[in-house]
Amino acid sequence: MSTAAGVRETSPSEARVGRLVSISRFTRTLQRPEFGALMGAVAVFLIFTFLDATPNHLWLTQIGLASWTQQAAFFGIMSVPVGLLMIGGEFDLSTGIMTGVTAIVMALLIGKLHWNAWAAIGGTLLFATVVGLVNGVAVVKTKLPSFIVTLATYFVLRGASIGFVLHVNQGSTNVVLIGGNYPGLASAKQVFGSTFAQSSSLPGGYQTAVLWFIGVTVLCTWILTRTTFGNWIFASGGDPVAARNVGVPVNRTKILLFLGTSWAGALVGIISLTQASSAVSEQGAGYEFYYIIAAVVGGCLLAGGYGSAVGPALGACIIGMAFEGVIYANLDSSWDFTFLGIVLFIAVVVNRVFYRRALKARR
Amino acid sequence: MVQRAALVETRNVSKHFGGVDALQDVTLAVFPGEVTCVLGDNGAGKSTLIKILSGVFPPDSGELVIGGAPVHFANPRVARSYGIATVFQDLATVPLMSLWRNFFLGNEPTKGRGPFQRMDTRRAKQVMRDEMAKMGIEVRDSDQVVGTLSGGERQAVAIARAVYFGAKVLILDEPTSALGVRQSGIVLKYILQARELGRGVILITHNPHHAYPVGDRFVLLQRGRLLGSYRKEETTVEHLTEMMAGGAELKELSHELEALKDIPAMAAAARELAAEAPEGT
Repeated sequence: MSTAAGVRETSPSEARVGRLVSISRFTRTLQRPEFGALMGAVAVFLIFTFLDATPNHLWLTQIGLASWTQQAAFFGIMSVPVGLLMIGGEFDLSTGIMTGVTAIVMALLIGKLHWNAWAAIGGTLLFATVVGLVNGVAVVKTKLPSFIVTLATYFVLRGASIGFVLHVNQGSTNVVLIGGNYPGLASAKQVFGSTFAQSSSLPGGYQTAVLWFIGVTVLCTWILTRTTFGNWIFASGGDPVAARNVGVPVNRTKILLFLGTSWAGALVGIISLTQASSAVSEQGAGYEFYYIIAAVVGGCLLAGGYGSAVGPALGACIIGMAFEGVIYANLDSSWDFTFLGIVLFIAVVVNRVFYRRALKARR
Repeated sequence: MVQRAALVETRNVSKHFGGVDALQDVTLAVFPGEVTCVLGDNGAGKSTLIKILSGVFPPDSGELVIGGAPVHFANPRVARSYGIATVFQDLATVPLMSLWRNFFLGNEPTKGRGPFQRMDTRRAKQVMRDEMAKMGIEVRDSDQVVGTLSGGERQAVAIARAVYFGAKVLILDEPTSALGVRQSGIVLKYILQARELGRGVILITHNPHHAYPVGDRFVLLQRGRLLGSYRKEETTVEHLTEMMAGGAELKELSHELEALKDIPAMAAAARELAAEAPEGT
């Protein structure tokens, strides 16, 4: 019997068959899922550098940076886990309303039940855990499209955020935490809803949310590219049947991803409540589409199985720059939506081209 | 030739679905370093036999024997723990994932502890390269996505993976049925490599032309029954074809098609059938 060493003695024609071609580093960079978003972000940044109508060209200063990164942070903390979920082959339409509902839950725990703010944060995360589990288990058990299941969650939460709040908050949909004594709220604000790096050129500093945004992106990149769970995310979205055949717990993976988007919603809720000290019913409703746009612009495949965590973060930066840029350019911000629609369409077309190229079988 | 111990045997295995005898009294043995081909037309009972061997369901009667002792597979995982791995045709790899990620999918090597536990990517890539080299494939780029490989190479990844994770018996279910001639040849080459590595291979196919060059033993099934069992020296590809299809029927069909030879496509089909039909009939 010949051994492994014998196997290598292939004839020239066989050698041609048995050697896999390598792709150049340059081509590989072009094929990375987040490459399109990086180019897009650079382009949008340059466009607003030219369109900047402020007297001292503030767009290029720290003031400009602070304003669009703040916007980007609120989109990005969500779009990155949403991207992971999309790579895992599922959607979550309850993400937008979750950012508002969790803020309200925390506000009510503090304002009505007089919880310490840190305990309220624990309670809010517990609430998010329940919502994430319900979404995940419902999708996995019913095998219905997650689009429908989480759309139902969205409406249930949206309705409850009005009805329940009106009921417990003296007929107002605005829960305000101002003027009272709220233990722990000041320290919670330090961690979640404060600012940092104040200087003479930037008196207001940057939002703490920006650090959370960076943290979430780094954490999700680590999970996706370095851990076993990351491997399972790609497999669950790429080919669930093959994944199951080799022993990947596809259902558990998907449930954990729904928990991820839910927890991210709670993080945004906590940040926004500690920043503003108030929360309003229906806050965040409709934002789920920004997160999905950011993820798609970031190169996450709608069908699942392909993408990155950096991509959706860059997508969030594009949306953040677009929203703030129109103000600097003194343009009519009513066109924001139109701009986003066009960007989304271009991104999907570009992604499709890259996806096809990545999969182009050599012959 | 010295008689070695069989890796796995089925003894008088039967399976019924409702009133249908999917499999009746089938006995076969798989030996290390040998390719056992299970041949049969559609509905012959090939997939029932694989499913029993891979633990999807147990036989109604008869037994599975490993190392001389009867065993019971409660589920596919138990079969795998006995070293029996089934490589499904298109359901073994994730196209958009890289070679090394696919290779270790579900069995990722890790390093570090607690929250810092992570995949040992360097080791994963190295092992994948070494194992693929054993199959005769030189991998230059471990990050290449499997979707860019040809169908034959994808099967090779699945075979190499099963071999690495301790499969003693590899069951290949119609590995060539969706492939062209050249790709089929490549897969057959990898089957031989697995055999050279001392694995027992069960090749399920309806194509005797693919089975004969690589097979050591041939088991023919027809309507759930064992039609014949031959060692390579006892049979020929013509004989196998005749046994499988019923040579007379094939000849007759080719004559009927010949009558329609004014239609070019029909004439080509008739020529192919005539070539497949054994000479003596």
